[in-house]
Amino acid sequence: MFEYAPAPESRAVVDIKPSYGLFVDGAFVDPADGAYFKTINPASEEVLSEVAEAGPADVDRAVAAARKAYDKVWSRMPGRDRAKYLYRIARIIQERGRELAVLESLDNGKPIRESRDVDIPLVAAHFFYYAGWADKLSHAGFGPAPRPLGVAAQVIPWNFPLLMLAWKIAPALAAGNTVVLKPAETTPLTALLFAEICQQADLPPGVVNIVTGAGETGRALVEHAGVDKIAFTGSTDVGKAIARSVAGSRKKVTLELGGKAANVVFEDAPIDQAVEGIVNGIFFNQGHVCCAGSRLLVQESVYEPVLASLKRRMARLRVGDPLDKNTDIGAINSAAQLERIRTLSDIGGEEGAERWSPPCDLPENGFWFAPTIFTGVTQAHRIAREEIFGPVLSVLTFRTPAEAVEKANNTPYGLSAGVWTDKGSRILWMADRLRAGVVWANTFNKFDPTSPFGGYKESGYGREGGRHGLEAYLDV
Amino acid sequence: MTATTASDLSSVTSSDAALRAFLHGLPGVDQVGAEQRAAMLGTRSIKTTAKAWAIDLAIRMVDLTTLEGADTPGKVRALCAKARRPDPADPTCPSVAAICVYPAMVPVATEALAGSGVHTASVATAFPSGQAPLEIKLADTRAAVAAGADEIDMVINRGAFLSGRYLEVYEEIAAVKQACGPAHLKVILETGELSTYDNVRRASWIGMLAGGDFIKTSTGKVPVAATLPVTLVMIEAVRDFRDLTGRQVGVKPAGGIRTTKDAIKYLVLVNETAGDDWLDPDWFRFGASTLLNDLLMQRTKLTTGVYAGPDYFTLD
Repeated sequence: MFEYAPAPESRAVVDIKPSYGLFVDGAFVDPADGAYFKTINPASEEVLSEVAEAGPADVDRAVAAARKAYDKVWSRMPGRDRAKYLYRIARIIQERGRELAVLESLDNGKPIRESRDVDIPLVAAHFFYYAGWADKLSHAGFGPAPRPLGVAAQVIPWNFPLLMLAWKIAPALAAGNTVVLKPAETTPLTALLFAEICQQADLPPGVVNIVTGAGETGRALVEHAGVDKIAFTGSTDVGKAIARSVAGSRKKVTLELGGKAANVVFEDAPIDQAVEGIVNGIFFNQGHVCCAGSRLLVQESVYEPVLASLKRRMARLRVGDPLDKNTDIGAINSAAQLERIRTLSDIGGEEGAERWSPPCDLPENGFWFAPTIFTGVTQAHRIAREEIFGPVLSVLTFRTPAEAVEKANNTPYGLSAGVWTDKGSRILWMADRLRAGVVWANTFNKFDPTSPFGGYKESGYGREGGRHGLEAYLDV
Repeated sequence: MTATTASDLSSVTSSDAALRAFLHGLPGVDQVGAEQRAAMLGTRSIKTTAKAWAIDLAIRMVDLTTLEGADTPGKVRALCAKARRPDPADPTCPSVAAICVYPAMVPVATEALAGSGVHTASVATAFPSGQAPLEIKLADTRAAVAAGADEIDMVINRGAFLSGRYLEVYEEIAAVKQACGPAHLKVILETGELSTYDNVRRASWIGMLAGGDFIKTSTGKVPVAATLPVTLVMIEAVRDFRDLTGRQVGVKPAGGIRTTKDAIKYLVLVNETAGDDWLDPDWFRFGASTLLNDLLMQRTKLTTGVYAGPDYFTLD
């Protein structure tokens, strides 16, 4: 037996302070009412730090600081100078990449391999990419001199804490806006380290403000009269509430919400790579991915070999300590999320789907869920319709390409889809018909700052990334 | 594989058309995906006890190779001594799997290795190009076996393969296998000349269908030798072949594997693709020469805690 010895990444590279204030106007400040909450390591339930809980007065202060920085400094600064700051931030992120990766894994529970090889490199890439746009906005296709919107209120989820921050902040700043960002309450630490990076980069005070807190803080921020733009990534329910609350106001909104993506495997697919794509589609980041390929649609003629291959591959997944460099699947981010995954999985079983997980030892402390597949799932099962946001795959079958499209589109969501086939013409045929913001062909969960990302239907509206991503932050 | 069962496998080699239909019916290989998977496995971090275990296994899997026009009995004898006792200072260091030489050097190697348990492998079949008439390839093989080689590393007919004459490739391998008698046959695909992963998969199946005991990546004589993704595709092939037929075939990447780090990446690839059953010198080999000293250097580093200079390891 080739047993891999533990290969833990060192925690010593990151210095976690016992307590963090709010980042307002270029400095860390105490919250007005002195409230703090704890953030824990979901892999061990160990308390990592205490973080300020921003109330309405704090949000007010942050929005005022962002407004002042917008009026006096950032909106007046030539694009090439804004670019210098963004390039500087991107370089510091690269230089402090290991520190950010370890902190992300500690606070979120994701494997260090992912934070090191995916999240943090993409974060830097986003800042580099949008830095390049800052002085070229007149060539972006939005008129000769597109104007920024003003102060952007940005609320981000816990699944890719720093990456979602980058998706929000980099284009906003490049376009000349200032921001107030609220990270998720379970994963605030990398955003606060990013605040330190803004200081290190000498970013003018007030251009980036970070207010930590839970749902109430987010509500105060998006409902604040002083913000011009709201960008939200998170659940569809909260997205709908935000859309309602800003209806009739001048605020522009982009929403990136849930998904229940179909990953469609045709009989002529490269099976070994398709199985990798299925695994990557649903088990990447413990399935905490809005565009996760959570519905596998397999052509009936290859159902058995695909399923056998998938099970064999799943038996090789290494679940455990997120800081171990050989871990494939880390911890579920919170007790609440674990509960939701368990509830929906139990419903899957009760509704008659067959549940399977490879044998795996889960750690005693922390929040864990074994990678799981359900076979015999139909469109009528709740696990085929509702977003589970965990390492749980529903397997369905289809007979013809037309049926595949019909089933793939039969969901209120429309964020992403995957197509596996060796036939180029079929990829184009499918991409034409799938109602999803991203269609991956013979790959899954591939991200690049140059490529726009966003949803159809209840998966939201607006695009992030690429030239399209600038539009959300320009007055066009 | 999807539509074929073990029972009708014999019919796939009944005609050129049947063989072509079978090979072209194998699932394709997506280049990007295969390379990504191999690269991901290359990031596994193998430390301490796992590394020590992997190094000793890798040493036991080395086919210590010299295939030069300048080879002499003296050179081959020196290499055989190294094969028996790779680290003269440390009796716990295992022997390598085999010595791999040209047919003319087989008698020297066999004599020098007698009683050691180290196998004598000989390249044959007009290695490395294979561009000779079949009778000469067979005679080459028989001569090597007669001289004492118990493993034969043959090259496939890439010219025939690339022009789609799959049955010819198959029949040649089958004939060489017969000429081998009791000797084990390793079938060199020369993947650098096949150039696509689809071709590698098809050639792997031809080699296995024709009775090869091992499939091997390369001769080491063309610019592109063993790579991780090519080896991944071949390991998938032997895994699938055993699922279908019950017969296990070995894999030997050769050429370009020079460091311990590289060798460990291959072992991880085997472990996470085909599993334990292939983590044995009977089923996985490294065709290499310089690799051995790096393995020894890392082995010494693990036991003593310090790196020793190259002068502390024997020349081969």
